[in-house]
Amino acid sequence: MSYVFSQAVNALQLGSIYALVALGYSMVYGIILLLNFAHGDIIMVGAYVTYYAMTSFHFHPLVSVVLAVVMCTILGVAIEKVAYTPLRSAPRLSLLITAIGISFLLENGAQLIFGTDTKSMVQEPLISGSLSLGDVSITYAALITILVSVVSMVALTILVQRTKLGKAMRAVSEDMGAAQLMGISLNRTISFTFAVGSALAGIGSVLHIASYFQASPMMGSMLGLKAFVAAVLGGIGSIPGAMIGGFAIGLVETVVTAAGLSTWKDGVVFAILIVVLLLKPTGILGKKITEKV
Amino acid sequence: MKKFLALLLAAAMTLALVACGGNNNAGNTGNAGDTGDSGDASGDTIKIALIANTTGDNAEYGISVRNGAMLYIDQLNANGGINGKQVKVLEYDDKGDGVEAVNAFNLAMEQGITAVIGSVLTGPTITLADATYEVNMPQISASATAQGVTQIDPDDESAGIRTNVFRSCFIDPFQGQTMAHYASDKLGATTAAILYESGSDYSEGCMNGFVEACEELNIEIVATEAFATGDKDFNAQMTKIAAADPDVVYMPFYYTEAGLAITQGRQAGLTATILGSDGFGSIKDYASAEDLEGTIYGSGYAPGTESVAQFEADYQDVYGEAVPNMFAPLAYDAAMLMCEGLKAAEEQGLTAGSDEYKQAVIDAISSMSGVEGITGSYTFDEYNNPEKSVAMIQLQGGEETFTEFYAFN
Repeated sequence: MSYVFSQAVNALQLGSIYALVALGYSMVYGIILLLNFAHGDIIMVGAYVTYYAMTSFHFHPLVSVVLAVVMCTILGVAIEKVAYTPLRSAPRLSLLITAIGISFLLENGAQLIFGTDTKSMVQEPLISGSLSLGDVSITYAALITILVSVVSMVALTILVQRTKLGKAMRAVSEDMGAAQLMGISLNRTISFTFAVGSALAGIGSVLHIASYFQASPMMGSMLGLKAFVAAVLGGIGSIPGAMIGGFAIGLVETVVTAAGLSTWKDGVVFAILIVVLLLKPTGILGKKITEKV
Repeated sequence: MKKFLALLLAAAMTLALVACGGNNNAGNTGNAGDTGDSGDASGDTIKIALIANTTGDNAEYGISVRNGAMLYIDQLNANGGINGKQVKVLEYDDKGDGVEAVNAFNLAMEQGITAVIGSVLTGPTITLADATYEVNMPQISASATAQGVTQIDPDDESAGIRTNVFRSCFIDPFQGQTMAHYASDKLGATTAAILYESGSDYSEGCMNGFVEACEELNIEIVATEAFATGDKDFNAQMTKIAAADPDVVYMPFYYTEAGLAITQGRQAGLTATILGSDGFGSIKDYASAEDLEGTIYGSGYAPGTESVAQFEADYQDVYGEAVPNMFAPLAYDAAMLMCEGLKAAEEQGLTAGSDEYKQAVIDAISSMSGVEGITGSYTFDEYNNPEKSVAMIQLQGGEETFTEFYAFN
């Protein structure tokens, strides 16, 4: 029983991070139909910011966390302004290629600036210790990861459904031209979407380094791809879909491993992508257009 | 404007000429034989070729090998050489490319060499081994760990082995075997679990050796888990391994992933001793001292130990930097082994370069038994791979501490 419980916690912890990253993918796709492949690499930058804030500058963990989230937000908006805004009326393919280019730029830039080796902050972890419940124990890092992601998702849902900016985001997502005619500032709304998506990536990066202690230049690429699969599975463009997709991928990876098929873990995840794209390209919740952001 | 261009061109050409001249003087980039007397290998020098990738990708390995091997030979020559003859090394850069390595070998043959040290990377070393095998030229590599270097076809025993090719490093499966024997001998382990990196030749090679030896030693393997390159989350695998409660867990992969796997394993309640491969070097920064305590890995080189202390001091003196990696000491040993072979042939009074001479060198190396090098003692098995003692390094209080040289037979 305790084994099943431990694996369930593992699945939730992994799924929370995938869900947070998938949310960023989904929001950006929902508003400008762009698969922002640089999204995973923003997490990498956030992890480095946390690492240097903690180990080189010895900031308080809370300060480091805020700094990482703020830096990710600024980076996300900057990328949008520099790389995507000039291409807003260009074909979708140009945008996609630009996103891949930005992803390479960030990965190789990080290798140049931070070096190619993996940085580890295991000696001064962000969150340490674990909670014992009878014969099972949960690390505080796992507990906080799960809690923070659930809170972030609730906050995001409220933001999108209940606020004026959220309303603007939904309007732009539904019909950009009409929204503009109604007096909604396109630039402001899109930048705001990028800011929120990147802030979520920032939170994801902090949770990632809290659980896995390491920052490396290529860490965002696989994480980004898995989150992309999660977003597609849930229905890209849908906020609840991204959450469901993220947790589903975390669960699938853990179940496959627990079943003794760890060699097949990544294979199964990408097989899901293929099956979803073939059978139900809109994903689990993709149909409800009104829920697009 | 035209005049200026012409001047510029002339200047560029002059510079290029000067640069070439510099190379000639240095004499170590493929034109080593300019001053050599063609074909005449006897007299008061013994010529050998040193083929290493000193430029291009992974050049740091090639440079380490070159430096390590040259250090030995310079010391040998300073002490009178072999049988009163100086060993003359013809240096070639293969740029990590098999064709370049064979070209270098052909050039060296024209100069009348009697042995080859090299190459460094596995690919060019195998290509080079094909060429040296044809003429039965003694060859030793300090760093190529693939089985295919000495075995013509690792999947087909009947294809035979390249009897003339040796190496001073141990092969991947050997590392796994050593750790299994160590677990049985020293730790009294009867159950083991394995976590490995799928798709990595290195990790799977080590694992195969470990599994094979476990069967012989009656160690039961209670869990075998895999992960993909780039994974950071091993929670599911480690929870599974912890539930199987083995005596030891074998992790043949590099320190970054190993640090995470060990941390996550301890969180999942794993109490087993962790056994690692030579990829564990510098793991102490990648997991807490508490989680690492007792972890043991086998390495080809134990920095700071007695047997390498002199080498490390000499290396610092000659090259002005600390020993950068295990390839330099392994190359020092490779040069030593080859020179021991040459010594045996010289003592028999054979003519350098003759077929008997080359065979005598090969026989001398393959029949070696417990020859002491700085990285361990050397005996070669039927596949010309060294059955070496392995430097066991244990994590004690957060430090990587050398404990002993271990050999299982």
